[in-house]
Amino acid sequence: MTLLDTHQVVKRFGGLTAVNKMDFKLDQGEIVSIIGPNGAGKTTFFNTLTGIYRPEEGKIEFDGHTLIGLRPDQIAGRGIARTFQNIRLFGGMSVIENILIGMHVQLKQNPAEAILRNKKFVGEEREAELKAERLMKFVGLDLSLANELAKNLPYGGQRRVEIARALAAHPKLLLLDEPTAGMNPQETEEAVRLFRRVRDEKGITVLLIEHDMRVVMSISERISVMDYGEKIAEGSPSQIRSNQRVIEAYLGRGAAASQHEEKSL
Amino acid sequence: MKNIKSFLQGLLAKLQEGKNPYIFTVVHILLGTIWVYASPRNNIAFIVLLASLYSLYALNTKATFKAVAAGLLAFVVMPILGARNIFFLEIIFQISVFSALALGLNIVVGFAGLLNLGYGAFYAVGAYLWAFFGSQQIYALQYAPGTQPSDLPFLLPQDAFYLFILVGIIVSAITGILLGTPVIRLRGDYLAIVTLGFGEVIRVLANNLDKPLNFTNGPQGITPIQRPSLPPDALEFFNTGLRPIIGNSVSEGQLYNVFFYLLAVIMIVLIVFVARRLEDSKLGRAWTAVREDETAAIAMGIPLVSTKLAAFAVGASFAGAMGVLMAASRTFVSPESFSFMQSIGVLSMVILGGAGSIPGVILGAATVTILNLQILQGLSLYLSQLRQSDAVIPIINFPWRELSTQLDPAKYQRLLFGLILILMMIFRPTGLIPAERRKRELQLKEGDE
Repeated sequence: MTLLDTHQVVKRFGGLTAVNKMDFKLDQGEIVSIIGPNGAGKTTFFNTLTGIYRPEEGKIEFDGHTLIGLRPDQIAGRGIARTFQNIRLFGGMSVIENILIGMHVQLKQNPAEAILRNKKFVGEEREAELKAERLMKFVGLDLSLANELAKNLPYGGQRRVEIARALAAHPKLLLLDEPTAGMNPQETEEAVRLFRRVRDEKGITVLLIEHDMRVVMSISERISVMDYGEKIAEGSPSQIRSNQRVIEAYLGRGAAASQHEEKSL
Repeated sequence: MKNIKSFLQGLLAKLQEGKNPYIFTVVHILLGTIWVYASPRNNIAFIVLLASLYSLYALNTKATFKAVAAGLLAFVVMPILGARNIFFLEIIFQISVFSALALGLNIVVGFAGLLNLGYGAFYAVGAYLWAFFGSQQIYALQYAPGTQPSDLPFLLPQDAFYLFILVGIIVSAITGILLGTPVIRLRGDYLAIVTLGFGEVIRVLANNLDKPLNFTNGPQGITPIQRPSLPPDALEFFNTGLRPIIGNSVSEGQLYNVFFYLLAVIMIVLIVFVARRLEDSKLGRAWTAVREDETAAIAMGIPLVSTKLAAFAVGASFAGAMGVLMAASRTFVSPESFSFMQSIGVLSMVILGGAGSIPGVILGAATVTILNLQILQGLSLYLSQLRQSDAVIPIINFPWRELSTQLDPAKYQRLLFGLILILMMIFRPTGLIPAERRKRELQLKEGDE
């Protein structure tokens, strides 16, 4: 079943076309990576999907409904959660509060109930806290960190909080923007395992932007390659590895040619 | 130096152990109470008594003990001490009013991070609302300021005041939303400038809406404004039953001071209650998230516009309620009470106390008000006494008598605030009592699944 379907999406900044005629499909339950050189338009494409940017042309359909014209918070409400390239936690709030923010859309309380503290409010808050604690465990965060300010956590911990916060929204689709950037090999390995569990145990479709090729090749069922705002290739990891245009995009035409010669020699 | 510091820290730690906090608090309260009772004109005694509220807040005692002690202080001790010196009640009344304003502004600036420099406007809306409906102004629409006959009837009965606290809350909340809607997309400095402009617009409107129809009576202001009726027998109770304790008779005007003091305390309790509960809810968390990172907040599904408007509305409603109370207690409003400096004053209370911290902004409001009304005024008075004496300044042998009258501490209020704010920004930018996140009790154990 198709979960996400974009058709000829174009995003321009002045004279620069950051995303050009992007056709992209994502099936329910897949793990897919988008790769490409720096400045290829990957993050802009994410921002277009989540409503932070409005595309100039094209269609975006998610779960059978168009996302064009919706605000970012409405799109989040439809079931797309994300993490950011440079971690964007609410640094002055505690870890557990960050995760509770992720549940914003699910919580049904209104301000009057918050002032009166009726049974419904108290029950809902307790349930949300319990859920947040479970999510901390799921992403491998020590529970003793729950009341720590998010900004005091080490880098790897902050990445985990960000993922827990995104999962708290019960998304259908999780967008991860360079989730293993700055991690050491061991942390990276743990992260990859976590992304698999997100899909396998929670049934959430995962789309990630990633530069670490070991991560990309080991986790992705499908890879899309972007360069200069366009999708230049798509396929399984092994197909992408041997794709001539992809090699050119990464290494430049000359280098790719010489590599080709070396092989044939 | 280090020794002194560690000694003081040790002393503070001792103070929080076992029964010590109870003993200290009770002694502090009793000392303050007895001292103020014995010398009702002594400013230092009064500050000692007010400071006992801080001991009550900060020391490690049970919540019920705190509630009972605070209740006794607010509803028994203070009215009696205040009846002996109405000036003290006036100070607490002003502290309460400014605390309410600071708590409202704290929701906008402290929780949601939206810099608002025109906050006094909402206070003005509340004040003018009761000023208009609680006076004869509606029958004076045709008359230019100063020409209306004095025998006009009042529009509403005096006890409509209570209803108008509610109306004031609603109307100023709506004003908050009306102001917020066009400016909500602005951030930081831009928002500050626009809100500053809005604050001035309201003040200028109050100044000029005396023609073509005389709504506000222009710069002269509206007076008299009705006060709610006092409970029957209250005056008699104070002048007979309490007479032996108070020691002097109480006039009706003075009883109104006691009455408005009690109303202000009740409203402050309600406002703190509402602010605390909102802070710790979905809406309060959303405010903080918007303050910390707008982009991340919207990506988590927080609707930016309605969240910010809610902050504006709640913040404005506190000011509106206090405006109604202020108009009734003064029986007079005029545009100059709602100047830009008023808004800045409230903002400096929030920053001094600690943006986002409820106990902090109350302490900030108390500090600034006491500084204004007691310490600086007291110094001015002392200086003018010296000027009238034959004393000379030691060492330089300069007679006090010839000291310029320009040198008046009360006039250097702004200079002092400026200095305090600069020092705070350098040494303690998070305020006197910095905001803290609530520690939640965990439901899961480390081993649970």
